[in-house]
Amino acid sequence: MDAASARAGPASVAILVALPMAAVVAAIVQGALGAEPALWDHLREYVLARVAANTLVLAVGVVAVATLDYAGIVPTALRAWLGNDLWLPPIRSAGGVVAVIGIALYPYVYLMARGAFLTHGARVLESAQSLGLGPWQGLFRVAIPLARPWLAGGMALVAMEALADFGAVSVFNYDTFTTAIYESWYGLFSVETALLLALVLLSFVALALAAERLARGRRRYTAADAGARAPLRLALPGFRGWLATAFAGGVFAVAFVLPAVALARWATAVAPFDLDGRYVAYVLRTLALAGMAALACLALAVALGYATRKPSAGRLAHAAARFATLGYAVPGTVLAVGVVTALGAFDSAWRAHLGGDGLWLSGTVLALLFGYVARFLAVAYGPIQGGFSRIRPSLEEAARSLGLATRELISRLHLPLLGAGIGTALLLVFVDVMKEMPITLMTRPFGWDTLAVRVFEMTAEGEWERAALPSLAIVAAGLLPVALLTWRMERAARAA
Amino acid sequence: MSFPTVPLRAIAACAVLAGALLSGPALAAGEPLVVYTARKYQLVDQLFQEYAKEQGIEVKSVTDDGAPLIQRLKAEGPNSPADVFITVDAGDLWRATQAGLLQPIRSAALESAIPAHLRDPEGHWFGLAVRARTIAYATGRVKPAELSTYAALAEPRWKGKLCLRSGKAVYNQSLVAMFINDMGEAATEKMVRGWIANLATEPFANDTLMLKAMAAGQCDVGITNSYYLGRLQHEQKDFPVQIFWADQAGKGTHVNISGGGVTKHAKNRAEAIRFLEWLASPAIQQRFAGSNFEFPANANVEPLPEVVAWGSFKPNTVNVGLIGKTQPQAVMLIDRAGWR
Repeated sequence: MDAASARAGPASVAILVALPMAAVVAAIVQGALGAEPALWDHLREYVLARVAANTLVLAVGVVAVATLDYAGIVPTALRAWLGNDLWLPPIRSAGGVVAVIGIALYPYVYLMARGAFLTHGARVLESAQSLGLGPWQGLFRVAIPLARPWLAGGMALVAMEALADFGAVSVFNYDTFTTAIYESWYGLFSVETALLLALVLLSFVALALAAERLARGRRRYTAADAGARAPLRLALPGFRGWLATAFAGGVFAVAFVLPAVALARWATAVAPFDLDGRYVAYVLRTLALAGMAALACLALAVALGYATRKPSAGRLAHAAARFATLGYAVPGTVLAVGVVTALGAFDSAWRAHLGGDGLWLSGTVLALLFGYVARFLAVAYGPIQGGFSRIRPSLEEAARSLGLATRELISRLHLPLLGAGIGTALLLVFVDVMKEMPITLMTRPFGWDTLAVRVFEMTAEGEWERAALPSLAIVAAGLLPVALLTWRMERAARAA
Repeated sequence: MSFPTVPLRAIAACAVLAGALLSGPALAAGEPLVVYTARKYQLVDQLFQEYAKEQGIEVKSVTDDGAPLIQRLKAEGPNSPADVFITVDAGDLWRATQAGLLQPIRSAALESAIPAHLRDPEGHWFGLAVRARTIAYATGRVKPAELSTYAALAEPRWKGKLCLRSGKAVYNQSLVAMFINDMGEAATEKMVRGWIANLATEPFANDTLMLKAMAAGQCDVGITNSYYLGRLQHEQKDFPVQIFWADQAGKGTHVNISGGGVTKHAKNRAEAIRFLEWLASPAIQQRFAGSNFEFPANANVEPLPEVVAWGSFKPNTVNVGLIGKTQPQAVMLIDRAGWR
């Protein structure tokens, strides 16, 4: 088999997975071509410099906060959905907005870093100790450098989500690229200019990701021992134990207890008027959409991860994979415009060539899933890719030599070894979809109102207290699947 | 059993079970009436259901902000299921009209119920509730006699005492647009720069936060939509902020509308018109506006007692559609003046 045909397979899989994003980006580019030069000049003169600086501060600050938090070994990932921006802190400043988004997003870094630390296992740290390194030196000189791709992956997710955030920045009235996009669309009535701004933002993200990859260079990271034992728990005596507990407890208090208490207080005040039977349907719909989207994203992420697991997959495949996962950095509302436009174009093409009337894709659950995949594939791909890169190539060669076909290879070798990565991917997408607003709002079929839709309707009218009820319901509805996954992940980690 | 299969199955089961248990509303006979509404669920759903019951027709609705709904209508084109489009801002109605998404209708009932400055002269849209944006003051620290016009808030005497909501809020953009129409761009920009110079603190994300800051003593005067204060006063009778009707000696207080029109490709045009007429009828008007402490667009209908207590006022009667047209100009002015 020559090199070119060896690359054709991975490339075609990756390109296939990238199709939803390609359709969306095509729609965005086509819209952006219509941007009015006069509006663009205005934005360049009065708006762009400031929002670019603000956006940079936000991204860097949030990544810093989220990363500093990751070491908090709080025994649960339950706070992952704390993307609610309902808690109103007293400080409306760059620092305040950075702190809030950072605290909300740190689970991305935490979950991925934890996975990396667990796989490297005790043996690496033991070797470090045998070479005379203390626990701290072991952390900084061995564990963290070895976890770099996973840390970088988590940080990239955090930075992308911060760049695309509109909720928190608008509560803080902190102008970023996203607010400029809204201004162009809602205020200047130019969706074209908004799409153009989104493309500029997107190209910055692509550049930043490329830079990280370049800095990482040709180094390859694989687990020294795929079946490594988890590191032994180190009992911290006395004062140090209290310090560790205080840190973990502090993160938990700030990231979960405080907002949850505020939400619960508001929710109990409005529950007598607002809570009724409809909430059962809201919860079921929310769970259904989040579950379906999590599975769809997982399936595509595994396909993408498998196609690109070796450097020899070729540039085209890797480029397609990066492109397919860029949607996470696009503000949800812009992505929603791309989704709606692409589906509308598909529907009219369908009618033109195949006849019939009505809308085939627009306004169906399929349209929603299409949008979720375009937006959240990156969230599933991060942990899956991390998982694939921990599987030593020699294992696959061994399995092949035992006569395993590709299907068996995936189901009997890769999927079991991806373990925690699969759990993380499902968890992150599930939680993200439960609180997703713009795509759900713009593409949902009639009667598919979810809890997040209810949150939007209340906050859009400035009724924050009433929004607490559906927000709390999101937390409650997510508890069961999240707890289940976390428990499974813990068990898998212990068993490993 | 290997690890990944269990959560996979659990999640799949969750999704399927939840999907199966979802019960959509039962289909009534005949074509449903489909409403795209930026006026949110909690303010309209009860009335929609009442209409459905009264007329024996199914009413389907979907909520979002005005701009995304316009984009949805555009993308769906001739096959859009929507019959009626309702917004919370005249600018969105103007824009939908410009984009060819609404059709002109004639209705004697609507034309007699809704004053001319609150509807499109060609009948593309009709105001259904009026929101007044005016001056609010902290009752302990400001006397009504000290207040007069929006422009007077730019005077040095209010330095460090003025609170504003973000310049990105559509209600501020439409206020500035009204002034551009009334007194020209240069004079408006001078006034806005004066406001910014008087700010006590950074602009707020919404009117409610601003009003609470005024009550807490952070500033003495502000500009707000009256209904936000209505809600706060409804919760707390002695809320220490009160309404002052601005520009009563001049052209009148700024008003915007929540209103609606019939979509270009409405499948159910006759029903859509009947629905708008029903919303504009006296019995419904009070509740449509009252659910949000707004003023009924139908001038013959009394607002809620809490709203009546603010006293009557003279509204600026420039056609609200003109404000929508000027809005992009207003947004640029706001950027130049540094109103964050």
